[in-house]
Amino acid sequence: MLWIAWKMLIGNRVKYLGIVFGVVFAALLIAQQSSIFCGLMSLTVSQIRDVQGPDIWVMDAKVQYVDDIKPLADTELFRVKGVPGVAWAVRFYKGTARARLAEGSYEQMMLLGLDDATLIGAPEQVVLGSIADLRKPDAVIMDDAGYKRIWPGEPYQLGRVFEMNDRRAVLVGVTKASRSFTSFPIVYTRYSQAVAFAPPERKVLSFVLADAEPGVAPEEVCRRIEAQTGLQALTRAQFFRKTIRYYLAKTGIPVNFAVTVLLGFLVGTAIAGQTFYLFTVENIRQFGALKAMGTSNWTILGMVLAQALQVGLIGYGVGVGLAAIFGQVVKGASRLSFFMPWQVLAITGVAVFVIVLLASLLSIRKVLIVDPAIVFRG
Amino acid sequence: MATTVPAHAPATADLAIRVRGVTKEFGSGGAVARALRGVDLDVAYGEMLMLVGPSGCGKTTLVSIIAGTLAPTAGDVVVLGHDLVAMTNGAKVRFRREHVGFVFQAYNLLPALTAAENAAVPLLIAGWRRRDAVEKAADVLDALGLGDRLANLPTELSGGQQQRVAIARALVHEPRLLVCDEPTSALDAENGRITMELIERLAVQPGRAVIVVTHDSRVYSFADRIASMEDGRIEAVEAGPRRGAARG
Repeated sequence: MLWIAWKMLIGNRVKYLGIVFGVVFAALLIAQQSSIFCGLMSLTVSQIRDVQGPDIWVMDAKVQYVDDIKPLADTELFRVKGVPGVAWAVRFYKGTARARLAEGSYEQMMLLGLDDATLIGAPEQVVLGSIADLRKPDAVIMDDAGYKRIWPGEPYQLGRVFEMNDRRAVLVGVTKASRSFTSFPIVYTRYSQAVAFAPPERKVLSFVLADAEPGVAPEEVCRRIEAQTGLQALTRAQFFRKTIRYYLAKTGIPVNFAVTVLLGFLVGTAIAGQTFYLFTVENIRQFGALKAMGTSNWTILGMVLAQALQVGLIGYGVGVGLAAIFGQVVKGASRLSFFMPWQVLAITGVAVFVIVLLASLLSIRKVLIVDPAIVFRG
Repeated sequence: MATTVPAHAPATADLAIRVRGVTKEFGSGGAVARALRGVDLDVAYGEMLMLVGPSGCGKTTLVSIIAGTLAPTAGDVVVLGHDLVAMTNGAKVRFRREHVGFVFQAYNLLPALTAAENAAVPLLIAGWRRRDAVEKAADVLDALGLGDRLANLPTELSGGQQQRVAIARALVHEPRLLVCDEPTSALDAENGRITMELIERLAVQPGRAVIVVTHDSRVYSFADRIASMEDGRIEAVEAGPRRGAARG
């Protein structure tokens, strides 16, 4: 009987495509907007992600997210190093600086200062130059997206000179880095150099990056650091979640995306539901005939649900596929952020399931109450 | 024409259908419409009974009750030995699935299925495998002269051919009761005659019964008996030409 349901469904091409279109529209909008939202959220934690090596971030107890810099005294580094279970700890500077370019224009940049001795936190993919060159005087490395933004259309060229806080900076490398939420060019330098580039302040240490000794859980080391120093210590994963939670709770971004997703859900449900109902009404005599010939209400219910699930599956596949294609296209062609984790696919799947279920409710009611004697009425 | 006979003429032991004192009311309170007002009717095995009468006289309501698609307000209905009044809805569904074949005025073929697939529907409802069901349906259609139309959709068939598919669908599961609602009203005289000949040849057999609701006086000649209805009652039951011919 499910086969009959399927044949009935695809037999009416216009209605069939109409229902599928409604589901595709909803799935596309939900998956695409959710992926852009996830892309934006991933930008907020890009700096945490790019700092490979240390598993523990130590910061002021009031810090709420990665860009919320509340400087520490340099001596905090040694307090952290003294906590049992800490294998090593280094300083890390994060701030913004205004650069004056050779042609006289100004550009806001994100400045990251790496530990002078170890350069821990340096980017892994170098496009041009060498991380080791950061040890040269006034040396900085810039991310490739930032380079293209400042010098559009120009080939990579090392030795370029610009000023930050009236101090000379020399470009010694170009690297790959994840885009930041602010989209500022990212400049890497040594910690001591970064402090010189930054406006003078009494406290300048942004974070202490640390790692746990082998055999000690990072979470346990974080607890010890917090207990002993009064600072806030988080694992990478915890800092990820804290930063994302901040953006979710304290900005209007989720609401804006939720409104669009809800709109897609409602419009998709309306289109699919209306078309599905019209399809059922159009076939009501056929359903009546099937009931007269001995098809039970349970079987009829199964047929309608099977029809709904079938359009749901196709609509989901096409919608998510189109969203993925959209993501691939915009990733290459624009600066729109797009990230489609499996959770987006799962949420879209659940939404589509609810849509087809809601869309089929009216139809189910219609076919269940239809009197099989309808077939005797002319 | 034919002589008038009692509504319950056949001997009780031969009865396929036994209807006694059946009433049917629609609506409630002051808006009650009485479609049937105490109907008595018997149909014997091997008999083709035609229900005739003006529109709104209760023919469709009566045949719906006999087919188990509608419950009477009062009265007794025993069909093929089953007491339909005492049956649960689920039992009625099984009863229709196993014992009743339908030929509808508007054919009610599924437009997305081919002729063979349409004719196979009762077998699919009964749980047959699709391939087996379609094969058997193809055999029945072949016997009805539609062997070369098995793969055609209903829209590719003439009205007469569609009605033959509907007859194949009604008979493919070998039901013991065939209920036909205006089977010839949408057909021309020639196709109407062919349709009735097919029904007579395939369905009017010992152990089976056929009820035909019709306005079409051209097909009265196929009836064993003709029950005339008027205002919810059976006014007269007459022996049809077929019985007269059989009696010689």
